[in-house]
Amino acid sequence: MPDQRGKRVGLFVTCLVDLIRPSVGFAAAKLLEDAGCIVEVPRQSCCGQPAFNSGDRATARALAEQVIVAFESCDYVVAPSGSCAGQLKVHYPELFAGDPNWLPRAAAFAAKSFELVSFLVDVLRVSRVDAQLEGTVTYHDSCSGLRELDVRVQPRRLLGTVRGLTLKEMNDAEVCCGFGGTFCVKYPEVSTAIVAKKAANAVASGADILVAGDLGCLMNMAGKLTRDGEKIEVRHVAEVLAGMSDLPPIGAPERDRGGDQ
Amino acid sequence: MSDLVTSPQFKANARSALADVDLQNALKHVEVNFIAKRREVADRLPEFERLRDSARDIKDHTLAHLDLYLEEYERRVVESGGKVHYAVTAQDARTIVLDICRALGARTVTKGKSMIGEEIGINAFLEAHGITPVETDLGEYLIQLRHELPSHIIAPAVHLTKEQIAADFRRAHVGLPPGRDLTAPTALLAEARAVLREKFLAADVGITGANFLVAATGSSIIVTNEGNGDLTQTLPKAHIVLASIEKLVPTLEDAAQILRVLARSATGQEMSVYTTVSTGPRRAADPDGPGEYHVVIIDNGRSAMLGGEFRDMLRCIRCGACMNHCPVYHAVGGHAYGWVYPGPMGAVLTPSLVGLDKAGHLPNASTFCGRCEEICPVRIPLPRLMRHWREREFERHLSPATLRSGLRLWAFFARRPSLYGFATAALARLLRLAGRRHGRFRWLPFAGGWTRTRDFPVPQGRTFQAQWRARSRAR
Repeated sequence: MPDQRGKRVGLFVTCLVDLIRPSVGFAAAKLLEDAGCIVEVPRQSCCGQPAFNSGDRATARALAEQVIVAFESCDYVVAPSGSCAGQLKVHYPELFAGDPNWLPRAAAFAAKSFELVSFLVDVLRVSRVDAQLEGTVTYHDSCSGLRELDVRVQPRRLLGTVRGLTLKEMNDAEVCCGFGGTFCVKYPEVSTAIVAKKAANAVASGADILVAGDLGCLMNMAGKLTRDGEKIEVRHVAEVLAGMSDLPPIGAPERDRGGDQ
Repeated sequence: MSDLVTSPQFKANARSALADVDLQNALKHVEVNFIAKRREVADRLPEFERLRDSARDIKDHTLAHLDLYLEEYERRVVESGGKVHYAVTAQDARTIVLDICRALGARTVTKGKSMIGEEIGINAFLEAHGITPVETDLGEYLIQLRHELPSHIIAPAVHLTKEQIAADFRRAHVGLPPGRDLTAPTALLAEARAVLREKFLAADVGITGANFLVAATGSSIIVTNEGNGDLTQTLPKAHIVLASIEKLVPTLEDAAQILRVLARSATGQEMSVYTTVSTGPRRAADPDGPGEYHVVIIDNGRSAMLGGEFRDMLRCIRCGACMNHCPVYHAVGGHAYGWVYPGPMGAVLTPSLVGLDKAGHLPNASTFCGRCEEICPVRIPLPRLMRHWREREFERHLSPATLRSGLRLWAFFARRPSLYGFATAALARLLRLAGRRHGRFRWLPFAGGWTRTRDFPVPQGRTFQAQWRARSRAR
């Protein structure tokens, strides 16, 4: 493996992180910089997955072209999400199948695109992180990262190097949380039934913190857990690995800063 | 019965399924037992993954040369004294079966479990023409008593509890002591066995499905766990095999290869209890067997799939593993899907067979978690095929207007990253102002589906991109 230090990594921050939880983006940037990368953030909106999975191939293609062009000068494209990274790496080439102009560009783009934690471990050979978190963590395997990109051992390996952190597996960690993108609003009752099982498994694990690599799944799980009054905190794996666990967890109020009451 | 398609009411079906306590209890069995058993038996077989490749390749090869194998198969069946009938539509198939029964003066017909039989609605049709069909697979027998469709393709009555079954038996089996004890599953089995034994002996015709049609030998193969298929096909005057065109495989060796993944994927067994090979009617020296052997090869929309993007679906060997591993199926069960085939395989197949206008919900009601594709023994890319249906729906303007206009609005911004940056920055600030004190919204406009049961997190404040650019400028 050639030395990856000094490589220009385009951070595809994902639309959800950009809007809802920018700290995940800063955590990702810190992890990449700590590993010696130069992080760039080309102007971006969305990878196009909502259109792709809603059958709107024309919009999905237009957004894919936009992303490919924006990140063309980067050595790598890294996203703190298995779902969005799966779109870039697996589905972009599918979108341009049979197109002699765009397929080679999409294939080259796919080859340099990665999910954050697997990029750290598999490409940058990061074996430990400098972070601390006193508590028991359970990890939810988000579906696209797990099944499209084989993200499974990498987050667990790095979480294992966080000082004070104990990893405890829940039952059915590899089962979908019921988010499913537009699924959760198209079929909210079914989605709720699925996330209820996930929430019950997370609580039953006895962990203090539920961690995963995709903000969509995290919002879904956190939303159910806080609504039900459960105490378990929900955080993105990048924040934990970057030592940013002092932030309020997902769905929790901002820390009291004196004037906010 | 198969004409009753309730797939358009998937949402209402799902809602009542979620509220059905008996169903929810019964579904736990699927979620726990099937998955653990499959994993155990697959892990024990080092070549399991290669066998899946091989099963996929055998089916692909057969589909690529289906015309040749069909011809060879027919030749072999005729050589062994049987007869092949081709049915283009479900109606054709029903008529063929009725004509055979009438020619024999049949009054009762026993049936082995057959999904194609459900698909063409053979029972209701025979009944309407004065012939009594009797399901002999225990699960099928139970749902026949209840006038229901199967809720699972290999465990048709998986939605029932044993208390429900006992109540059905008391209602249906009149003449037995009303005070009999039916609490133990073995008591239910013994009663069904005794009742069915008489039906086997009285039947004039036996109908089975087929797991495979073997071109090289003209054989049909069924796998069962109860042995009911053997009694169904050997005792009556005629054996009718109902099979769709994609059941063909070239040789017995090919069937044997696929059998190695079929039961493992389906029930976590290494083999089903009975694997029965039938070749032609009873020969002079045979001690038993049917006097006539008919095979009805049914198309019913499948040849149209051969040349298109849903061709991979024709590899399906009906093991049911996709529904066993599906979180949506676990939540709502099979009946919510509204027709014969539930779960991920049904979400792809049903629109092909009953039309996308009726079955449009099915390929949409998936989280695309990919677990079905991960375990499919013939590696059907089920999520991708569901996505193809969503594309057709979008092209034909069948998808809901709210979804379409929502997508259009979102796409307008997403395709203009600078404008998108302004809009999201404003939205983030607005939402934070409204919700920062609680950190989460209990209600949001246009998001009732989410916030009815789940909180929605309040954005941290400025968007990532706005903050990043401000920082870069400051550096």
